[in-house]
Amino acid sequence: MTSSAGGAHVPGRPGGRTAAGATPQAGPGAPPEEAAPEEFDLEEAIHQVEAEEHEGRPPAAGLLGNLVVAAAVVVLGGAAVVGSLAFDAGSARSPEAGTWPLMVSVVIVVLGLGLVATARRTTDAERFGRTSWLVLAGLATMVAFVALIPVIGFEIPAALLAFVWLRFLGHEGWRTSIVTSLALVVAFYLIFVGALSVPIPHLF
Amino acid sequence: MDLAPVLDGFGVVLQPTNLLYCLIGVVVGMLVGVLPGLGPAATIAILLPITIGIEPVTAVIMLAGIFYGAQYGGTITSVLLRLPGEASSVVTVFDGFALARQGRAGTALGIAAVGSFLGGTVSIVALSFVAPLVAGFALDFGPPEYTALALLGILLVATVSSGDRLKAVIAACLGLLLATVGRDGFTGAERFTFDNLSLADGLDFVPIAMGLFGLGEILYNLEERHRAVHAPATVANVWPSRADLRQSSGAIGRGSVLGFFLGILPGGGATLASLAAYAMEKRRSKTPERFGRGAVEGVAAPESANNAAATSSFIPLLTLGIPANATMAVIYGALLIQGVSPGPQLVDQEPELFWGVVNSMYIGNILLLIMSIPLVGLFVKILRVRATILAPITVLITLIGVYTVNYDVFDIGLVVVFGALGYLMKKLGFDPGPLVLAFVLGSLLEDSLRRSLLLFDGDPTGFLTRPISGTLLVLFLVVVLLPVIRAALARRRSTDRRNTKELV
Repeated sequence: MTSSAGGAHVPGRPGGRTAAGATPQAGPGAPPEEAAPEEFDLEEAIHQVEAEEHEGRPPAAGLLGNLVVAAAVVVLGGAAVVGSLAFDAGSARSPEAGTWPLMVSVVIVVLGLGLVATARRTTDAERFGRTSWLVLAGLATMVAFVALIPVIGFEIPAALLAFVWLRFLGHEGWRTSIVTSLALVVAFYLIFVGALSVPIPHLF
Repeated sequence: MDLAPVLDGFGVVLQPTNLLYCLIGVVVGMLVGVLPGLGPAATIAILLPITIGIEPVTAVIMLAGIFYGAQYGGTITSVLLRLPGEASSVVTVFDGFALARQGRAGTALGIAAVGSFLGGTVSIVALSFVAPLVAGFALDFGPPEYTALALLGILLVATVSSGDRLKAVIAACLGLLLATVGRDGFTGAERFTFDNLSLADGLDFVPIAMGLFGLGEILYNLEERHRAVHAPATVANVWPSRADLRQSSGAIGRGSVLGFFLGILPGGGATLASLAAYAMEKRRSKTPERFGRGAVEGVAAPESANNAAATSSFIPLLTLGIPANATMAVIYGALLIQGVSPGPQLVDQEPELFWGVVNSMYIGNILLLIMSIPLVGLFVKILRVRATILAPITVLITLIGVYTVNYDVFDIGLVVVFGALGYLMKKLGFDPGPLVLAFVLGSLLEDSLRRSLLLFDGDPTGFLTRPISGTLLVLFLVVVLLPVIRAALARRRSTDRRNTKELV
């Protein structure tokens, strides 16, 4: 049941072409294919380039994922409607603080329902998978940075953030990671504290 | 046309500071186009804190340089690696990469540079004549016209954005909603502030743009498996030959004109222009079968067009105060921070700013031509810089940069929140561009709508009885309904086809 019933109208995005090391292979193989049909190969060719750009990205989300996204939009719109009603909603004759937010929120709810209706045909959302943990880790370093800066200044959090990104998220070597992150902090210190005298909390 | 302010504009550009920032802008733009990861909108967003300390003209000269510089840089990766650095270089990939495989990468890059230069220049000249006319026309616009114009502008940008239309419009609505956070300008009531003092004055544009475009894009790229990139060591013979130039001169001319006109349309912009120019050259050509196999015109036309469009997309921003795409929205935000509100009065009230920015593009294009022909080897070398090293640098610049705007740690938190939102949006198919655009236009739109309703005494048909706002709203409806009708027709046709197939 993975792809929808007809199968005729589903422009498959990333999943299809995952042969290892496909880039050089796809290159030489492609142009003759593109040039063969006379008229509308432009659209085809663009789709192909876009598909190649999406290579290496996680696979598309399933129906359930799309429904969750659509539901989230509806809930968000609904919450905004409730929030707007808390202000004075006014009327067309005398618009008040709540009028405009209410109009926008109602549109969001309607469009969200539209997303629910088209969820089966949606192909542009990606699935969350193992790689998403990398993003969560990246976000965690930033949250730690914000939390620590008022306490111990920016130098140590910045060095740690750079190190984690280089070594664990970017898979650089130990030496490159340590040297680059230290050099970065020195450079930032010289620019922001030394040259620009920005009053950012700092240790030294 | 009064020539004095135009000439004064050149005086502004030739001041050493402005020349320097123009150079910085185009170099950064070129780098951004070449380097993997960040697009021009993200880069301009990340550099917003820098612009706060400098003169408005200087700031916009630099930001504009980044924007059109990226169009030049994007070509390099399209031709050499078959990776379009920017959406507007996607079509350049076909013939550019084919030429590169025939050992003629230099020719492709040279022709693209010459085409970009000519396209940009034609567009600047046309802009100098058209922009004051449009601004003059728009001077009588009242709140109803602005309401209709802002609505149409946001909708058009959402319609042509990458990805799902419905999702883009939802993103735009979210931007409108975010713009209402804070104290209401009319009644002073606090909206969506959750009793937080930092939110009482509304959300700042800088952390939103930096988070959604900058951090969002970096986080999104973390999930990508990196492909090995094989950049060629050197590119020989970049000067295009006379035969190549002759062959592509028509394509450059037509591409420039087409690009100029498509660039003016909100949402049109560089991507659409490059596509249209390529399609047109192919249709006109006596030997269309060469396209896709290394036709020089197939590089010249889209590159001229995307540069011409990038330049002319400044027209709606500088004359109507309506940004035509995501990058223009960020530049609009930069102007607002500087205390300049872009609109029809700009040409008359701030001639140095207007003509300074417009004329800086001549200089910028010359600098870019120099960088793309004799110095192209340098930029090819930069292709080897690894994205994994750039990412933490960009993250730190963003986090510390946003602090320097208000010296407030709250803003760092905000940028991280919007970074997370930007990642989720991209991941789930919502283009953050329309959100940012709608956010910058949000208060203008709400203000004009409320003023119009008061003006019309609460009768919404008042919009339709005024000729300009009426026309714009009819256009708005057409843009809303057309895709719905087309989708319905297409679905019926495909079900018909499926039924006949099943019958057979």
